[in-house]
Amino acid sequence: MAPLEELTEAWHEARRDRAFRHELAGLLETYCGRPTPISFAARLTKHLGGAGVYLKREDLCHTGAHKINNALGQCLLARRMGKARVIAETGAGQHGVAVATAAALLGLRCRVYMGTEDERRQALNVYRMKLLGAEVVGVEAGARTLKDAINESLRDWVTNVATTHYVLGSVLGPHPYPAMVREFQSVIGSEALLQIRKQHRSLPKLVVACVGGGSNAAGIFTAFVPYRQVELVGVEAGGRGTRLGEHAARFAGGEPGVLHGTRSYVLQDQDGLVAQTHSVSAGLDYPAVGPEHAWWHDTRRVAYVRVDDSEAVDAFHLLSELEGIVPALETAHAIAYVARVAPRMGSGQAILVSLSGRGDKDVAEVARLEGVTL
Amino acid sequence: MSGRIERAFARARKARRAAFIPYITAGDPDPGRTVALARALERGGADILELGVPFTDPIADGATNQRAAERALAAGTTLTTVLETVRSFRLTSDLPLVLFTYFNPVHAYGLARFSVDAASAGVDGVLFTDVPVDEAGPAHEALRRVGIELVLLVAPTSTRARVKAVRRLAGSFVYFVARSGVTGARTTLEEGLEEQVRLVRKLTKTRVAVGFGVSTPDQVTRIAQFADGVVVGSVLVERIAELGDAPELPGAIEALARSFALATRRK
Repeated sequence: MAPLEELTEAWHEARRDRAFRHELAGLLETYCGRPTPISFAARLTKHLGGAGVYLKREDLCHTGAHKINNALGQCLLARRMGKARVIAETGAGQHGVAVATAAALLGLRCRVYMGTEDERRQALNVYRMKLLGAEVVGVEAGARTLKDAINESLRDWVTNVATTHYVLGSVLGPHPYPAMVREFQSVIGSEALLQIRKQHRSLPKLVVACVGGGSNAAGIFTAFVPYRQVELVGVEAGGRGTRLGEHAARFAGGEPGVLHGTRSYVLQDQDGLVAQTHSVSAGLDYPAVGPEHAWWHDTRRVAYVRVDDSEAVDAFHLLSELEGIVPALETAHAIAYVARVAPRMGSGQAILVSLSGRGDKDVAEVARLEGVTL
Repeated sequence: MSGRIERAFARARKARRAAFIPYITAGDPDPGRTVALARALERGGADILELGVPFTDPIADGATNQRAAERALAAGTTLTTVLETVRSFRLTSDLPLVLFTYFNPVHAYGLARFSVDAASAGVDGVLFTDVPVDEAGPAHEALRRVGIELVLLVAPTSTRARVKAVRRLAGSFVYFVARSGVTGARTTLEEGLEEQVRLVRKLTKTRVAVGFGVSTPDQVTRIAQFADGVVVGSVLVERIAELGDAPELPGAIEALARSFALATRRK
């Protein structure tokens, strides 16, 4: 608990400190390439024949996903706290790459924990992290995915807390992480709100984002939550079936539980043992969800839906072919939902999608799934 | 307060030694053997038994206990079967028993129902590895009603304010984590352990048992000079892992337990 108290205090100080905010904003602009644009997806819109689709282009951030927003913020915080070492968990590898990048930029030592199943399907990102000077440690426990990497990161953190900051990658875990990560990611929504008003001349009818832990979704939703007329939809991984163990749809099959220091919806059996999950996308393959999403779900501010593996892979192709943007498989879940609902909406309406990351990392895995030898 | 835990500490103190508190994971190697292992530990000189409830995500445990939990879960252990084990152990033994568990299995079971069932099975104390003292109020209340005490963890990094908060909820002892980090055998002990234990005893006004990383009789002897109890876990769990379902397992565990129990004497 002491590390969490120390972190909470340091974060509260930092966010009030103009110099800290200024430095982070400067790096987001000159290093990450923010603000990221929103693109009107003209051919996709025409193809779907309904609402206009706008893409918030987090894939254009340095390192190719929204994860860098949080990684830079927390690494700056680590340096401010006098911690010379950072650790991180990663599922798809995007958070790991982002932390390795930020650590290289700021001169911090970095170790990334990754389930060995994820190492296999995201081999490119494993090598990227090593190129960036990080040490990547494979985790053999459980389903060898994100949850197991978080377990190992927490163990490392409590053992080395004097020298180490744990850069948690999503709106998960104990306080202050869910609030802190959301705040670092809220730049997505604040930019998008201004941009969509300018480009579409009104608010969107619908905002869609994929939800693993839920950081890109929390990042884009936060700005829109006060606008009740904007529908918000989070898309979970439906995996390959509806039985426990075949998906990662916490709101469809989960019960309230406590995992990783947070009470939220958790996929578990009747004995309170945490279930294994499956998704084609490593970044959505997690049995719990950020606690604020649970709150938005229970208060009905955000609707949560599921998209299965094959729909997501179809959407991966669709966006690539129609817009020249290869999305991450995580993001492809959000696109698949858009493809489902856009045709039923009016052409004057707009859908804003968080295009949370690019899909270069998934090319080899999609090829493998489709039986293509590279 | 639980009579059995209280009496065990008093008895040990009278015999001029620290209480010996062995830990094993319930259901490892399989639920059927846990009672026999518990009896072996009692014969080997245990004053209090700490029984781990296996969980899928044991974030406070090192590799040894993680693997024990995996074996126990693979053998079909659940919180329900652990309570059955406790019940059948209680038929023949008065050894005080503390469950060492993560919160989620209890949450799924239902805190109130768990408290009642644990008390009727014969549990004396419950330690939640992942419930900090600020969140422990409801659990403390539910357990207090049925006469079970809540055992709280204190870490070397715990602030003074936090240790004082522990005082309000603590029962006959608190569990002091000998070293920052997770469970598991270590060869060295943290500097300044004695001063820390004395401080925790002063601030919590209760007994202090020391655990996490205690793995040799020498370490036990050193800690026994200033602590009220010593918890030994991973070494026993490792031995269980090595022997698996071999028939000599209970005998080997008894002998190992005895070597630690004898080391608890105060000089």
